[in-house]
Amino acid sequence: MRPRPSGAQPLLSLQSLEKRVPGGRVLFEGLDLTLQSGEFVAIKGESGAGKSTLLNLIAGLDVADSGRIALNGTPFESLDEDARTILRRDKIGFVFQAFHVLPHLNLIQNVALPLVLQHVAAAEAERRAEDMLASVGLKGRGRDYPRQLSGGELQRVAIARALVHRPKLILADEPTGNLDPETAMRILELFSTEVRHSGAATLLVTHSDVAAKVADRTLILTRAGLVERRAD
Amino acid sequence: MSGVAARWMLLGEWRAHPGRLIIAALSIAVGVALGFAVHLINASALSEFARAVKTVNGDADLQVHAAGPEGFDEGLYAKLARIEGVEDASPVVEIEASAENGEALTLLGLDVLRAGRVTPSLVGQRIQADEKPVSDASPTAASSAGDPFDANALFLSAHALETTGKKIGEEIELAAAGKLARFSIAGVLPGVAEGQALGVVDIAAAQWRFDMLGRLERIDFKLEGGADENGVREKIAAVLPENAELVSAESEARRTDSLSRAYRVNLDMLALMALLTGGFLVFSAQSLSVTRRYAQFALLRVLGVKRRALTIQVLIEGMIVGAAGSAAGLGLGLVLADASLKFLGGDLGGGYFLGEHPALIFAPYSAFGFFVLGMAAAIAGSLLPARDVARAQPAIALKNIGDSIDPRSTPSARMPAVLVLAGTAAAFAPALGGLPILGYVSIALLLAGGVAAMPLLARLLLAPLQKADLRAVPANLALKRMWGAPSQAAIALCGIVASTSLMIAMAVMVLSFRQSVDEWLLRILPADLYIRVEGEEVGGFDRSLQRDLAATPGVAAMRFRKLTAIRLSPDLPPVTLIAEHIDANNPAASLPLIDASKPVPAGTTAVWVSEPAAGLYGYRAGERIRLPLPSHGDDKATSADKTGASYFVAGIWRDYGRQQGSIAIDDGDYVRLTGDTARNDAWVDLAPGSDAATVVAALRARLPSRLAGRLTIAEAKEIRFRSLEIFDRSFAVTYLLEAIAVLVGLAGVGATFSAQTLAREKEFGMLRHIGVSRRQIIGMLLAEGASLGTVGVVVGIGLGIAISQVLIHVVNPQSFHWTMETRLPFVLFATVTAALIAASAATALLAGRRALAGSAVRAVQEDW
Repeated sequence: MRPRPSGAQPLLSLQSLEKRVPGGRVLFEGLDLTLQSGEFVAIKGESGAGKSTLLNLIAGLDVADSGRIALNGTPFESLDEDARTILRRDKIGFVFQAFHVLPHLNLIQNVALPLVLQHVAAAEAERRAEDMLASVGLKGRGRDYPRQLSGGELQRVAIARALVHRPKLILADEPTGNLDPETAMRILELFSTEVRHSGAATLLVTHSDVAAKVADRTLILTRAGLVERRAD
Repeated sequence: MSGVAARWMLLGEWRAHPGRLIIAALSIAVGVALGFAVHLINASALSEFARAVKTVNGDADLQVHAAGPEGFDEGLYAKLARIEGVEDASPVVEIEASAENGEALTLLGLDVLRAGRVTPSLVGQRIQADEKPVSDASPTAASSAGDPFDANALFLSAHALETTGKKIGEEIELAAAGKLARFSIAGVLPGVAEGQALGVVDIAAAQWRFDMLGRLERIDFKLEGGADENGVREKIAAVLPENAELVSAESEARRTDSLSRAYRVNLDMLALMALLTGGFLVFSAQSLSVTRRYAQFALLRVLGVKRRALTIQVLIEGMIVGAAGSAAGLGLGLVLADASLKFLGGDLGGGYFLGEHPALIFAPYSAFGFFVLGMAAAIAGSLLPARDVARAQPAIALKNIGDSIDPRSTPSARMPAVLVLAGTAAAFAPALGGLPILGYVSIALLLAGGVAAMPLLARLLLAPLQKADLRAVPANLALKRMWGAPSQAAIALCGIVASTSLMIAMAVMVLSFRQSVDEWLLRILPADLYIRVEGEEVGGFDRSLQRDLAATPGVAAMRFRKLTAIRLSPDLPPVTLIAEHIDANNPAASLPLIDASKPVPAGTTAVWVSEPAAGLYGYRAGERIRLPLPSHGDDKATSADKTGASYFVAGIWRDYGRQQGSIAIDDGDYVRLTGDTARNDAWVDLAPGSDAATVVAALRARLPSRLAGRLTIAEAKEIRFRSLEIFDRSFAVTYLLEAIAVLVGLAGVGATFSAQTLAREKEFGMLRHIGVSRRQIIGMLLAEGASLGTVGVVVGIGLGIAISQVLIHVVNPQSFHWTMETRLPFVLFATVTAALIAASAATALLAGRRALAGSAVRAVQEDW
């Protein structure tokens, strides 16, 4: 799926965002971004530039020092913490560098977690989780536990979990950072295919040029905000 | 969070780490079981005791009891029976008697016609020797079967028949009030409960045969239907003399209860201290579990779970641990109580309910109460971890995987200071309802304050070593970690610090008490031999016998005393009045006074009250009090003496022997007031060179037959030995409770340290990669364990000594009205120090070997 035309209401809108770290150092200021549904954007930047912090702000896990964030037309400043939590639960999917798969739940339960948090019936949630696991190449492994899986397989589980509840926005923080190049490439292709198939918009934070290439466009995070990267 | 997600998270966690759940639940179960068992044993024994009292008292609506052993004038009966609202009144003579085989029974003298209407359960059923008793025989049927006023007829309860070994139709000789009388066993008492040794004779026969003409011990009343009970009480009270008092079923119940209340409450409280230790262990387990799961909780927050939902999840975990532990504890408590009652009786070493093996009673409300207490301990132990989960920042927790150690941060002193100050303030509060409830609140607060201060104290204690920068790598690493993560020390040690400090506190209190008792025994046992006549019924030594005994060869001197029970309140058991020679100019020579005796004002009679009597009745040195002493002595007794109004409390003395209180009066004053010259207690100083055994034999040879079987003669050292033996037995249960608490605490240290060590597998893997040897890591863990143990010992002993002061100066005086001087058990301190340091180091070593045995990569899923 391709992004909607630019005239439609953006899925995500960041305006004049500013964030300082404790001690007062400015991470970024005057940051603007508009993301349409179905759009896949990679964000690169030096270590410490604030890429993960930016994702945390968009997820409502952190609060900007100034500026506005709106998701699906809902401005974050109008939401309290509980409302931001519910917005995150329903509209956003996450993929982390360190997988963060719960070791004491089996794969179906790990993937179904976002659904049961939305009060989907357990049987239905498990069925959809099994389908999602199948689509990321883990068919029949649903009753396995995370300790039985390799790093690449764990990241597949994390991708399945990020997509299973059909979120509007996927936030991915270095999803291949813990994987070898070959596995990383396979995971990237899978990730790209699945998120595009889901129709969700994606923000991918990465150091990797290879990873950034799967995106529709790449932005560089600087102190002055996001800068469009020139095509090579 | 949805129910499904919560269930998955809970079950997943417990499937992954069942051992921690079981230890936490067990620690609660042990506390609940001990508390519930002690409560059930006490309740069963008390119920049995109350049943015995009720049996003797029959079913009267109200009763008037004699305040002293002399009874009251029977003329009172005629006055009271005429009071409006009284339907009928039954006069009673009540005497403690003994049968030919020495078995004791309570003998009641009743007017069977009156008793049939007022206390029908006390009326005998006359039957022939070969007849079977009819259990529901009516009084009319009973009385119609023969002459109800037969002066020889004695009716015995089934238990009395059994213990005396007699059969219906046989004759029996009873000793009571210094007299012997023969009766014919005419029938049984079908209304008397099992296990009660009771006999009933005609009241006139009892008065005549036991030389009690004109005297009564009791009057039972039946009130008219619809009569105003309070109004009747007031009318009766208005005409009662000093030597009689009005009692009701409620006041009897209160008196029965007060006999052992403080002992029972203290045992319950000690058992609950084991539960408190359990609560600290739940805190340890939950803190560890939460710390290990920070990243998981952060992930759940990212996935859309609210802070509150995570807090609730941790609290639900605590609740489930508490519910499982409490349920198991109730079952275990029932089994423990049943076994204790069967094998040890209902006395639990306290000496209050000797001689019976009461049936176990189940107390559903108490069971519910202990279940709630178990849950509350587990939830309280989960509160701080739940708060930490709610406060954690998910973005940071995801990065740091829960490792929030910051060596630069200084542990806060605010919370420990608040808790310790609150605990200290509670220690100065008065008793509530005669019980040291706030004393125990003080102990709990001091414990919580001590545990909360652990991180700060760990820092302070390790500060000198931290600055030393040790050259040995393992020790240096261990110190750096302890220094950097003092809160981990608190989590690992809170259970053992709690249980150790309680054990130390108990040990200090018991040693202080024991030594004070020993010193007191040495003080009050200056003579060589002591003679005691057991039981009021045998009369004691009259003047001529006293002279005769004092003239026994080998006796240098004899001093005689009279010990009499007098009732000062219908709600409390009788106090002991001790008449002995007390030098008015130097009373401290006769009594172990707490402070100097006060000069006695003219026109008053001096008495010295014991600490328990002062505590129970609010007596103060220097004040005038009323005592219900019989006043039929010579004319020298003043009118004030006769109204009981002019007794002057000249001083307070230490008496560890009588918890219900005692009052000493000079022998001369006692004789002047009462005319009673018989004595039932004597001290013997042996002549130099005489043999104690020979003198004892000579003394016994001079005794009349009525006293021969009821006399105890003992040497001072024997009394001292037996007294200390009884002391040790009465504290045996408390030792057991504390030992269990310490074992639970040690199990907690093992579980916590193992979990902490296994959670550091990645750290060990990294250390191995950079060149630290396996042996060095083991050494580091040993050093950490030993350091933790040392911190635990220092804090545990310090806290224990502080808590012991609350036990010695607050709990004991408020419970038993006894004071004592502090003594410290240094041998125990050394033993505890060695044991705890060794246990901590050994646990660390074992956990370390296990952690180093596996792969460092797959660390997170290891269970201990």
